[in-house]
Amino acid sequence: MQTEVTKASARAPGTGNTDAASMMLTLTVAGQLCAVPVLTVRDVLGVQTITRIPLAPHEVAGSLNLRGRIVTAVDLRLRLGLPPREPGQVAMSVVVDVGGELYSILADQVGEVLSLSAEGTSPNPMTLDASWKEFSLGVHRQGDQLLVLLDVERLMALGV
Amino acid sequence: MDDLLADFLTETNEGLASLDAALLQLERNPSNGAVLSEVFRTVHTIKGTCGFLGLPRLEGVAHAAENVLGLWRDGTLAVTQSGITLILSAADRIRQIVAGLEATGSEPVGDDAPLKAALNAAASGEAPAAAPVLAEPDQAPPTLEEPATPIPTAEPAMEAAATGGNAPQTIRVAVDVLEDLMVLVSELVLTRNQLMQLARAEENAAFAVPLQRLSQITSDLQDGVMKTRMQPIGSAWAKLPRLVRDLSNDLGKRIELEMRGAETELDRQVMELIKDPLTHMVRNSADHGLETPEQRRAAGKKETGRILLNAFHEGGHIILEIGDDGRGLNTDRIKAKVVAQGLATEAELAAMSERDIHRFIFRAGFSTAAEVTSVSGRGVGMDVVKTNIERIGGMVDLVSREHRGTTFTIKIPLTLAIAAALIVEAGGERFAIPQAGVLELVRVGLGDGPKVERIKNSAVLRLRDQLLPLVPLKHVLRLEPETEAPQTEGFVVVTQIGAQLFGIVVDRVFDIEEIVVKPVAPILRHITMFSGNTILGDGSVIMILDPNGIARATGLGLDGAEGTAMQEQAAAPRRRDRSTALLLFRAGAGAPKAVPLNLVARLENLEASRIERTGESLVVQYRGTLMPLVPLDSYAQPPETGHQPVLVFGDGTRAMGLMVDEILDVVDVPLEMDRAGLRPGFLGSCVIAEKVTDILDTSFWLKQGQPDWFETQAVVGTRPRILIAEDSDFFRNLIVPAVMAAGYDVMTVNNGRDALRLRDAGEMFDIIISDINMPELDGFGLARAVREGGAWAELPMIALSSQSEPRDVERGRAAGFSDYIAKFDRDALLSSLQHCLQPMLAR
Repeated sequence: MQTEVTKASARAPGTGNTDAASMMLTLTVAGQLCAVPVLTVRDVLGVQTITRIPLAPHEVAGSLNLRGRIVTAVDLRLRLGLPPREPGQVAMSVVVDVGGELYSILADQVGEVLSLSAEGTSPNPMTLDASWKEFSLGVHRQGDQLLVLLDVERLMALGV
Repeated sequence: MDDLLADFLTETNEGLASLDAALLQLERNPSNGAVLSEVFRTVHTIKGTCGFLGLPRLEGVAHAAENVLGLWRDGTLAVTQSGITLILSAADRIRQIVAGLEATGSEPVGDDAPLKAALNAAASGEAPAAAPVLAEPDQAPPTLEEPATPIPTAEPAMEAAATGGNAPQTIRVAVDVLEDLMVLVSELVLTRNQLMQLARAEENAAFAVPLQRLSQITSDLQDGVMKTRMQPIGSAWAKLPRLVRDLSNDLGKRIELEMRGAETELDRQVMELIKDPLTHMVRNSADHGLETPEQRRAAGKKETGRILLNAFHEGGHIILEIGDDGRGLNTDRIKAKVVAQGLATEAELAAMSERDIHRFIFRAGFSTAAEVTSVSGRGVGMDVVKTNIERIGGMVDLVSREHRGTTFTIKIPLTLAIAAALIVEAGGERFAIPQAGVLELVRVGLGDGPKVERIKNSAVLRLRDQLLPLVPLKHVLRLEPETEAPQTEGFVVVTQIGAQLFGIVVDRVFDIEEIVVKPVAPILRHITMFSGNTILGDGSVIMILDPNGIARATGLGLDGAEGTAMQEQAAAPRRRDRSTALLLFRAGAGAPKAVPLNLVARLENLEASRIERTGESLVVQYRGTLMPLVPLDSYAQPPETGHQPVLVFGDGTRAMGLMVDEILDVVDVPLEMDRAGLRPGFLGSCVIAEKVTDILDTSFWLKQGQPDWFETQAVVGTRPRILIAEDSDFFRNLIVPAVMAAGYDVMTVNNGRDALRLRDAGEMFDIIISDINMPELDGFGLARAVREGGAWAELPMIALSSQSEPRDVERGRAAGFSDYIAKFDRDALLSSLQHCLQPMLAR
């Protein structure tokens, strides 16, 4: 999965006029396509050993070791109020940097890096579920699917 | 400007320190260009800087010396011995002026003209012409010294020269660089640990030896980097003399500040964190602690009060003491305030020692200052200090004696970055407990080791003579739901917070690992049970437990702000001298019987076939020796078949088994004995669970057939209070019930040192009984210390020893004992007690 990001960053200069700020990494959670800005992403990891943290908010899955740095993992499904992952279903870690602190977002799948134009982004539709609305910066039509732009800082503002 | 000057002085002293050696080297080898350049640079730097700072005398001397050195360096002038002498005397003069600068902040007055003239003459060239001039300097220094001698700086100049010579070479490094180094080393330590773990799994790996070497180097590097972060604590104290001076003006008090151990080093990060609490405490001492000169005079003390700061190292920790010789804490006022604030009831206070009462000042919102002053007394004091110190893994405690003063003791770890930690498991998860807070590890629930008991709803562990409240880790961390039955098997990590001991119950204990403490993510900081997290050798992330946080969260500790239910638990250990655990059993007809549980070494259920008869008595082969069995009911016979319950008494070498019918229960009750219906072999009776229960007199059964001793003394209205210092549990348990049954109130300590602590804490007794051989401070030492002075100086003291040769007795009397009695001789002890207390009882 490491390759995904490398490929993406390699492709980024090639697209020339594409502003790095508009590059998004897509991920899927409970069948919903969403995206986070590539610039905040530090790493994408496969299945990790995650240490449970007692007394932590229930969205916090635990902490993991990223090359000597301790990263707190937040389960996107629980954060968005979605049902927990089926047993046996693995989670992917998208490591993001929020204010110098590393967090891992646990998603079901990690997709590709896309360049999204600002014009294609529309504000949250009225029908968007409330739990999604809180963490959505807007939606983007991607083929026949709707892509939710996630507010990473918001997502990580747990217990604050 | 002050800072500039200070920097200049530091630099100049550094330069001067090496200057003499370099000049002497140059004298031996005049052609050594490198040394010559070094000397030139040093003098040149001094000259340049002092010109900038406006120090004309220094500049003049340095300039003249630099001229000569410049010519030498260029090869225009040959380096001669007399020339070196001249430069050396110039260096001496510079030192003298620098010392004056250090002492007064300005250049001392003096005349350098002759020296400068000599230097200029040497610089002016021709060797022959210089010769007469050069001859002069040999006498010159004394004559030149003369104008300087009347100036008081002459002596400091000598000192500066002496210390300058030893001054280590230093360089200044930005703190950031050191911090980065520390982080890197921490990472290196983690990686090393990880490698070591991998290597352990692989036998005969080719990399084992180099890895070992790498490990060693990493440890050395870690030590080295730690050292770079160490700073003498004196730098945190630098502002205190000024603070005290201002306070003494503001408060109209005379205060003398004494600072000891200023050179004691600790990690700068720790230092930053204790600076404020320290300042606060000194402020407190000046404001609350010390009296006004009038009050001091009235109390017969020196008018000038004293604040003493003391710092020293003690095994991986630094101990800081802040003491004053002021009025001491007002126990009554604290009591009143405690009751007023509802922190404890009068009855609870009555059961507390004075020291425990004093500790209330660490509670939030507690200030005993009669009125709020601008200096302190806003009630946001000691609790903040305590919290800040505990946050960095430290502890704070105090000792106060009325009219003698108060001393606060702070114990803090030397560094926060790397710590040894015990890795434990609870509820399937692993956690690290910093070793600094761990006193000992006790395995519970297996064989005849210590067991978890229950008092009301809380689990406790009886460890030696203490009752420790237990905190099951998996329950406080909500890893497993709390169940009715307490966890009876596992390990108890005995931890100390301040003076409070408690046990953390875990399922498993792994080894001790060096961990690098990393702060937890911001979204987890609200969980106070963790002080950080770290990565273990196997690469997994692990949470570091904060014993302080656990104690607070569970309401343990005297300062737990909430949780009255737990206060009861916290109070349990204090009540240990009031209630005793008794083993209930049935033997023969009549009332159930009981014996202090501590006296019983083991409970056995012997197979009847193992019991043998030798003549009149019964024995059993027990742990390799023959143990006599005594039937409690003299008519009872051992069963032919089945099992015989036996209480085993013993102190390691001797053992005796007491045959009983059935073991019933263990209960915790105050040992209030009624001596009605007394019969041999029993100390009296006690009402336990609404049943009259006979209390076994263990010594009777151990010694069999001793005459009864209960006729010796009648109980008087107020029970005389006895302090017993005895390190052996066995003897203590033997003496205490007997003495208590005779109508005395008893408190026990393990050794002389603990006894003196009680004295210092203001405890009072009517008599002291002391063992002779004890760890830390033996009986003789205790007697001498008691007699030296203090509140106990006049107390009768009885020595209790297994050695009672005449010369031992004599030695005991010489040390200050009133009487000397052989252990086991109860009659002698009780009659001696009565004899010693006669005057008091008569009152």
